Amino acid sequence: MTSILAIVFLPLLAAIVGGLGNRALGNTVVKMLTTGALFVSCALSWPIFLTFLGGDVEATVVPVLHWVTSGDMSFDWALRVDALTAVMLVVITSVSALVHLYSWGYMEEDPDQPRFFAYLSLFTFAMLMLVTADNLVQMFFGWEGVGLASYLLIGFWFRKPSASAAAIKAFVVNRVGDLGFMLGIFGTFLVFGTVSIPEILAAAPSMAGSSIGFLGYRVDTMTVLCILLFIGAMGKSAQLGLHTWLPDAMEGPTPVSALIHAATMVTAGVFMVCRLSPMFETAPIAMGFVTFIGAATCLFAATIGTTQWDIKRVIAYSTCSQLGYMFFAAGVGAYGAAMFHLFTHAFFKALLFLGAGSVIHAMHHEQDMRYYGALRKEIPFTFWVMTAGTLAITGVGILGIFGFAGFYSKDAILEVAFASGSETGRFAFWAGVGAALLTSFYSWRLVFLTFFGKPRWAASEHIQHALHDAHGHDAHDTHGHGNEAENAPAQEDAGHDVAHAHGADAHEGTGGYHPHESPLSMLVPLGLLAVGAVFAGYLFHHAFIENEAFWNGAIFYNEHLIHAMHEVPLLVKLSATIVMLLGFTIAWYGYIRNTSFPAAVAEQLGPVYRFVYRKWMFDELYDVVFVRPAFWIGRQFWKIGDIGIIDRFGPNGAAWAVAQGSTYARKIQSGYLNSYALVMLLGLVGAVSWVIAG
Amino acid sequence: MGNFPILSLMLLVPLVAALACIYMDAKAARMTALAATLINLALGAVLWANFDIGGLQWQFTERVELFAGFSWALGIDGIALMLIVLSVFLMPICIAASAAIEKRVGEYMAAFLLMETLMIGVFAAQDLFLFYIFFEAGLIPMYLIIGIWGGDNRIYAAYKFFLYTLLGSVLMLIAMLWMANEAGTTDIPTLMAYDFDPGVQKWLWLAFFASFAVKMPMWPVHTWLPDAHVQAPTAGSIILAGVLLKMGGYGFIRFSLPMFPEASAQFVWLIFALSMVAVVYTSLVALVQHDMKKLIAYSSVAHMGIVTAGAFAFNVQGLEGSMIMMLSHGLVSGALFLSVGIIYDRLHTREIDRYGGLSINMPHYALFFMLFTMASIGLPGTSGFVAEFLSLAGIYKVSTWAAFVCTTGIILGAAYMLYLYARVAFGVQKNADAARMPDLDKRELAMVVPLALAVLWMGVYPESFLAPMRADIAALDARIARAAPEGDSRLKMGKPKSAPHQANAAHGGAH
Repeated sequence: MTSILAIVFLPLLAAIVGGLGNRALGNTVVKMLTTGALFVSCALSWPIFLTFLGGDVEATVVPVLHWVTSGDMSFDWALRVDALTAVMLVVITSVSALVHLYSWGYMEEDPDQPRFFAYLSLFTFAMLMLVTADNLVQMFFGWEGVGLASYLLIGFWFRKPSASAAAIKAFVVNRVGDLGFMLGIFGTFLVFGTVSIPEILAAAPSMAGSSIGFLGYRVDTMTVLCILLFIGAMGKSAQLGLHTWLPDAMEGPTPVSALIHAATMVTAGVFMVCRLSPMFETAPIAMGFVTFIGAATCLFAATIGTTQWDIKRVIAYSTCSQLGYMFFAAGVGAYGAAMFHLFTHAFFKALLFLGAGSVIHAMHHEQDMRYYGALRKEIPFTFWVMTAGTLAITGVGILGIFGFAGFYSKDAILEVAFASGSETGRFAFWAGVGAALLTSFYSWRLVFLTFFGKPRWAASEHIQHALHDAHGHDAHDTHGHGNEAENAPAQEDAGHDVAHAHGADAHEGTGGYHPHESPLSMLVPLGLLAVGAVFAGYLFHHAFIENEAFWNGAIFYNEHLIHAMHEVPLLVKLSATIVMLLGFTIAWYGYIRNTSFPAAVAEQLGPVYRFVYRKWMFDELYDVVFVRPAFWIGRQFWKIGDIGIIDRFGPNGAAWAVAQGSTYARKIQSGYLNSYALVMLLGLVGAVSWVIAG
Repeated sequence: MGNFPILSLMLLVPLVAALACIYMDAKAARMTALAATLINLALGAVLWANFDIGGLQWQFTERVELFAGFSWALGIDGIALMLIVLSVFLMPICIAASAAIEKRVGEYMAAFLLMETLMIGVFAAQDLFLFYIFFEAGLIPMYLIIGIWGGDNRIYAAYKFFLYTLLGSVLMLIAMLWMANEAGTTDIPTLMAYDFDPGVQKWLWLAFFASFAVKMPMWPVHTWLPDAHVQAPTAGSIILAGVLLKMGGYGFIRFSLPMFPEASAQFVWLIFALSMVAVVYTSLVALVQHDMKKLIAYSSVAHMGIVTAGAFAFNVQGLEGSMIMMLSHGLVSGALFLSVGIIYDRLHTREIDRYGGLSINMPHYALFFMLFTMASIGLPGTSGFVAEFLSLAGIYKVSTWAAFVCTTGIILGAAYMLYLYARVAFGVQKNADAARMPDLDKRELAMVVPLALAVLWMGVYPESFLAPMRADIAALDARIARAAPEGDSRLKMGKPKSAPHQANAAHGGAH
């Protein structure tokens, strides 16, 4: 298992050499270095995963370096490999390797490629450290490391104010979750006297029923610890309340969205809950909380997904929603199902994002679906892989025969939620069914708006710019590929009028623009991910959900629950398929058959539609409740607290007092004998009366 | 090492160089100062290499009786060693960062070298009054550095700095006189084991607190710091944030805690309350600053809040976290002030809005500034994380409330530092003069690279820094254990499944 050292540290090495070498090494060398490192890591990861598939493989821990000893607290840098890690290894290295490859094409015209690839590799290293952690602190290292990489990559096009703001938002909102995570680690250390994960998990059952003081309240120990840790997971995995950073994170280049904000980093929270599953099992209230938050998020995010126009935002909310599924699966105790959905989701969601990237690439960085349409014939390969991804996410399949990836994982989650029998489990089931309906609707809506109907490209500013570049001076090289979603820097030249003329004439809707299919470096990853999206569910569902020997203690395995899952009524088993068909039909009716229908519905719903369209007003709310008050209070503390009070009555006051005192002293030394005599007399009287009274 | 008086030598080298610098021209003074500080850095390395971890508590001791019980007594334990190493590490960087100083260079260098002598003296002194002299004399060169080579408003800042710090020290001197009289000795190691009457401890503790709280600085006696930093030249800020602020924390750990354990326990609420206010209050103030140096100065106050709360957590994690926080903050805030100085030298303004888009024309600078920003935020893998994590873990054991409030600092810290970074390094190049600034030159790289490596070293393998202090912290922890306050967690086992009578006993120690 020492290959794990290579798997984890090759990406780091590539990131350091590539990042520091940067221009000195040149684009191609850095790209080959980082991509090569990732393909090696990937090639080394699959054998480990396949070994675990064989069943009954023991976990191994490869020590790296001692980290900290402080009193009775001690933790090391070490790499733990068990079934859970093995799953994450293949997910991370496979998607990362493919995203590296994809970026060769996607980022080809970016002037800053070495930096981009170094960040991607750095991210991969941090993510691998997270999933191989043997103690909570190393997990936190990976946790924050991916946060840093996410920050850097969201802000990759740092010239754009929106990218820079989104990067800060992502980091700070995640830090709110990290507050919970850190307090959870402190509490865990206080209770168990260790931060080693295996030791904590072994000792957790003995703590069930104990109570502890927290912020002045006396609460159930395991409940408070699990909820604190879960708050960390909520931040990283963009769950309800701490989700606001994820849609904004779409400011990053699309390969980043695919790797970090869909397939890997955002699933870290799910991974954490599964990793600590024996601990969560001792805290039923915390489990209920996890279920509730997951279920609420999956429905809530899906509602927003139905209204957005930006292709990446639709997929971002979809990710948020799918993460909700994973959490409520874990919350009802089906960690295998949660991990399985994580696994399949990684493939089909990375595929959808990269597919969207291919569309965006073809449409000259236009992201608004209102300016798409009829792309089916222009970029057929992208169309077919996106369709495969959509079939996977909506869970198309026939019970007992074959289904796309999401069919197995999502159905398992819904069944197990139903089978759990608890109140929150029932709520999660219905929320999940509702979200499945919406998922099907918004996913097909995306496909129909993008690939079907008539071209609506001409009105797009990006397309105008593309035409304008092509027809005017050839300014393409120096030009705005670094500015996705933003208008490329205005190039005022004579070509402008020509482009307009073109838009107006014969090429109705297309404006005379011809989208091109993406280069091979982008199509190969798409093809491979499509294979995953089609077959991952069929091939692996048994191992993940029903094979206790595969997990071999890496997660808490509830055999009773899995048994109950098979016993659910047929209607429950078919529920996902039914709503999937319903969602498809509505999308087909609204976006193919009767295209005026959606606008009419939006009109009818009025305020409700606007509320959902504006993302349930979370950003506005947080701005009013947190951001503005923080700045306002800061100013008050500074101007009134520091300057107005402390300085005024402190040092300045002292100076004033000294100055005043000397003025008085000068007055007293008047030189008039009678006043001196008066003072002497008063003093004498005072002294005498003090002696007498004493 | 035998009995070679290496500590005296480390005090002497910069002192002699300081005297020489006064009479030299600018160029010679620079070279002399650099050479002297590098010699001291080498001596510091020798000191560290020869420090016997697990050996005697006090090593490299020297003692010469002078008069009236006052003695030239030097000696260090692991805690002092680490702070001395920090001081000698930062000094050459300070000298190198002073290239822009053109006024009275000889005297300037002399002031810095004198400062180095006094700083090392503070950490090495084993005699109460010797410590006092070093401690208070350190004010003078800093006062001069701010007052002579400072910015436009330097007189006000220097005066404020002097007034604040002097006020506290008067009370401390009175307390010291009383203690020497009571215990019949001025030997610090002896006093550290002397049990003062708990009733008197309270007053002594408060007298020391008055001095150390100002040095830290703790809220609300922190307002001298932003002004001092803003007006001080770059190197002055580095040494002020890097070492001078550590004297307060060192004082708490060397004096307040071991000499007055009962009083320390009694005043934990005060320390925690002020620390919590410091973390939240100054972080919010940092958020709205327009002046880079002021922002970082306020962030220093917030970080020092973690130091004080950690030191008074009455457990090993809190104490070690507090020490690592001092070392880490010494490196990181020094590096941040250096980063500000580097661009200040180019544009002569600290106004944040005058910069922007520096990642474009200064990519190397942006890289290092990012690293130091992340270290300040406490990203794992950097020194700041180890510091925050250990301190807060220790604080949590005593008070979940204090831990909760202090941990909000990780959110606020991220907010103000990233907001600063975004305004300086991200965005478009909106100012033409800022856009023309050249990237780091060789001299600047020679300053930031060692700092960056040290920050990463302390983050990845803090054992190098923790090991020398371990025995001393353990001894201190044992010394104050008798007064340790009970934490608010108080784990209670419920429905014990087996061995019902032992469960409470087994976990009784966990609070």
